Amino acid sequence: MENHGIVIPTRDKLFNLDPLLRRTPGNILTWIILSVGLIITIIRFTQGIGSVTNLDDNQPWGLWIGFDLLCGVCLAAGGYFTTVACYVMGMKHFHSAVRPAVTTAFLGYGFVVVALLYDLGHPLRLPYMFFFPGTTSVLFEVGLCVATYVTVLFIEFSVAPMEWLAQKFPWLLKWRKLVIRCTILLTIFGVTLSTLHQSSLGSLYLIAPEKLHPLWYSPFMPMFFFVSSMAAGASMVIFEGMFAHKGVHEYMDATHLREADGVVLSFARAASFILFAYFMLKLIDMLVQANIPYLFTGYGAWWLVEMLFFVLMPALLYAKGARDGNVSLCRFASANTVLGIVLNRFNVSMIAFNYNLPSAERYFPSIWEICISMFVVTMIVTVYRFIVYHMPVLYEHPDFKDEAH
Amino acid sequence: MNRRKFLTILGSAGVVSALGTAKVAEAGMHTFPYYADSYGVLHDTTRCIGCRRCEEACNKVNNLPKPEKPFTDLSVTATRRRTTAYEWTVVNKYEMNGKPVFRKLQCFHCNDPACASACFAKCFQKQPDGSVTYDGSQCVGCRYCMVACPFYVPGFQYDEAFDPLVQKCTFCEPRLKEGKLPGCVEACPVDALTFGRRSDLIKVARARIADNPGKYVNYVYGEFDAGGTAWMVLAPAAEGAPVPADSPAQAAPDLKQLGLNTHLGNRPMGELTYGALGAVPMIVAFWPVLFGGAYAMTKRREAISKLEQEKVLKEAREDVAAAVDAAVRKIEETEGEGAAERARRAMTEALKAREAEAACSKHGEDK
Repeated sequence: MENHGIVIPTRDKLFNLDPLLRRTPGNILTWIILSVGLIITIIRFTQGIGSVTNLDDNQPWGLWIGFDLLCGVCLAAGGYFTTVACYVMGMKHFHSAVRPAVTTAFLGYGFVVVALLYDLGHPLRLPYMFFFPGTTSVLFEVGLCVATYVTVLFIEFSVAPMEWLAQKFPWLLKWRKLVIRCTILLTIFGVTLSTLHQSSLGSLYLIAPEKLHPLWYSPFMPMFFFVSSMAAGASMVIFEGMFAHKGVHEYMDATHLREADGVVLSFARAASFILFAYFMLKLIDMLVQANIPYLFTGYGAWWLVEMLFFVLMPALLYAKGARDGNVSLCRFASANTVLGIVLNRFNVSMIAFNYNLPSAERYFPSIWEICISMFVVTMIVTVYRFIVYHMPVLYEHPDFKDEAH
Repeated sequence: MNRRKFLTILGSAGVVSALGTAKVAEAGMHTFPYYADSYGVLHDTTRCIGCRRCEEACNKVNNLPKPEKPFTDLSVTATRRRTTAYEWTVVNKYEMNGKPVFRKLQCFHCNDPACASACFAKCFQKQPDGSVTYDGSQCVGCRYCMVACPFYVPGFQYDEAFDPLVQKCTFCEPRLKEGKLPGCVEACPVDALTFGRRSDLIKVARARIADNPGKYVNYVYGEFDAGGTAWMVLAPAAEGAPVPADSPAQAAPDLKQLGLNTHLGNRPMGELTYGALGAVPMIVAFWPVLFGGAYAMTKRREAISKLEQEKVLKEAREDVAAAVDAAVRKIEETEGEGAAERARRAMTEALKAREAEAACSKHGEDK
C-alpha cells in the first residue's frame, strides 16, 4: 500500500508516543530546553517581569514582542496563504500542503498567545479588552483579529484531530463534516482577518514617529507588514517542509511526496514576485520620504544590508530556483527570506526603535528572555511532532481517502 | 456552491462590514474633547534653580518609596534621568548655549493623549480639569501606552510580580478636587511653576516673552506640540540673540538642548493611526467580495473545462461509433450477415474493456 510505514493510530492504540520518548539527541535537547523554560516560567510568574528581562521604561517591548509576537504571527502566515491558493484560486495540486500549513499556522498563533502571557503585566486580564474596548487603539484591533483568527484556525485545524479520534468517538464525524462544508467560508474569513492583523502589527508603530528611525518608519508600515507576511507565508511552507522532510519523512504519504516539489517551486515563484514588489515598495517609500541622506549613516548601511541581502537576494534566488526547477536553491532562499523577516521585525521593534537614545539606555535582551523564546519555539516543534505522529497531517487517513473536497 | 449559498455568504459579509463601519464611526467621534476650562502648569525654566523641592513634595504627597539618595543631594540633576514608576517628576540639568538650565520633567497631560489613544482597555482618561488619569484596575500591563508616549513619561513596575502597574504623574488630581495645588507647584520656592487655566497660562507665557525681550525663546513648548499639552515650558534664549520669530524651526535648536522635541507636530499622536484603523471596515467589506468573486470564477472555470472535456469525449465516442458502424456495414456487404454480427460483438466488447480501463485509471488519479 502507499502508506507503507506510517503508524496510523487505531481504536485500541490511540497513542503513538514512542518517537517523542525515545532517547535520541533531539529528544534529550528538547527535554533540557523545556525544563529550563519551565524553571524560568516559574521565576517570571513569581518574581515579576523585571527579574528575567532587560526591559525598561524606554524599551517596554523587547524580544518577547519583537520575536514571539511580531515574527510568530508573520511566520504563521503560511496558513492563509496556502488555503487561499488551494481553495480560492483552485490550485488543487497544493492540497497536500494545506494541512501542514494550517497546523503550523494554528500552532504559531496559539503559542503567540502563550508567549504574550509572559509579557503582559496582568496576563489574566487579557480578556479585559473585550469588556473595556479601547476602539481607538491599534492593539485592540490586533487583539480582536488575532482572537478571532485563532478560533478560525482552530476550526480549520480541528479536522485532523477529528479524523484521529473518530474511531473511538464516531460522533465527531458530524463536526468534521460540518467544518469541511464550511471550508471556503473559513478560508475567506481567515484571509480577511489575516490582512487586518498582519498589517495592524505595522500600524502599532505608527503612533511613535519620533522613536522609530525614519528609514523604517513610514505611513505605509501596515502595507509593508502585510506584503512581507505574504512572502513569509510562502517561505515558511517551504522552510518547514525542509525540516519535515528531514524529521518526519516516514509520515508522508505518496501524494504528499509527489506534490512536495511542485509546491516548493510554485511557492518559490510566488514568493519571488512578492519579494520584488516589497523591495520596490520600500525603495519608492524611501525615495518619496526623501530619506536618501540617511543612507550614508550607520543605520542607512544597516537598512541597505536588510534590503539587499534579505529582500532582493532571496527574490533573485527564488526566481532562479523556480526557473531552473532547483528545489534546494528554493529552500535556501526560503531560509534567507525567513531570516530577513526576523531581521525586519527586530529592526522595527528593537534595533531602529529608540535610535536617538544614548547607547547606555538602549536595550539588549537578557539570556532569560532568549531562553523563553527558545522554550516557546521548542514547545511548538514538540506539539507539531505530537500532532504529526497521531493525526493525518502529512498523509491522508485511509478512512477518508476517497472524499473529494 | 449554488447560487443561494453564494448569496448567503455575500449577505453575511455585508452584515459584518456594516457592524465594522458602525464601530469605526464611533471611534471617529471618539477623539478626546478639548476642555476649554481645563487647568495647566507653566514651567519657566529661566526661574528654576534645580533645588529638587518639587521632587520631594511629589514623593511625599503621592506616598512614593524613598529614593536611595536624599532629595538634598543636588548632584543627581547632572545625570540625565527620566520619570519612572516611582519617580513621577525629576529635575535635570541641561547645558544650554553654555549655561546650565534646569528643567522639570513630568507627564505633560496632553489635550488628546497618545497613551489614552493607544490603551486597548481604556485605562487613561483626559479629565475636564486637565489631568490625564490612569485607572490601574483594568490595566492588562501591555505597556503600549509607554511605546506611544512621545515624551517617554509612563513607567512600569517591572519589580512587582502580581500587580504591576503603569505609573505616572497624576497632576495631583485628588488634591485638585480638594481645591489644593499640585504638590510640586506648592513646594516650588521660586515660582518657576505657575498653575492656572490653560488658556490663561498661554496669555501669561506670551506676556512674559513680550515683556522681557531677549530673555525667552519665542516659543511656548506645549501650546501646540503633540496636539497641545496642559503642562507647558518656557525656555531661556541665548544671550544677545536677536528677538526671534515665533517659529518651531528657529526654536528647535535651542529647545533641543533642553531635551524638548519640537518635531512631534501639531496634531495628536493618536491621529497617526486613525487612517490605518479607518481602513479596517473597508477591508472587512471588500475582501470577502474579492475572494468570494475569485472563488466563484475558479469554480466557473472548473465547470467550463469539465463541460468541454465531456464534449470532446462525447465527440470522440460518436466518431468511434460511426467508424465501427461503417466497418460493420462493409463487412455485411462483403461477407454476409453472420460475420457482421460477430464483428459487432467483438468490437463492442473491446470498447467496453477500454472504457473500464480508462475509468479505473481516472479513479486512481483522483486519489
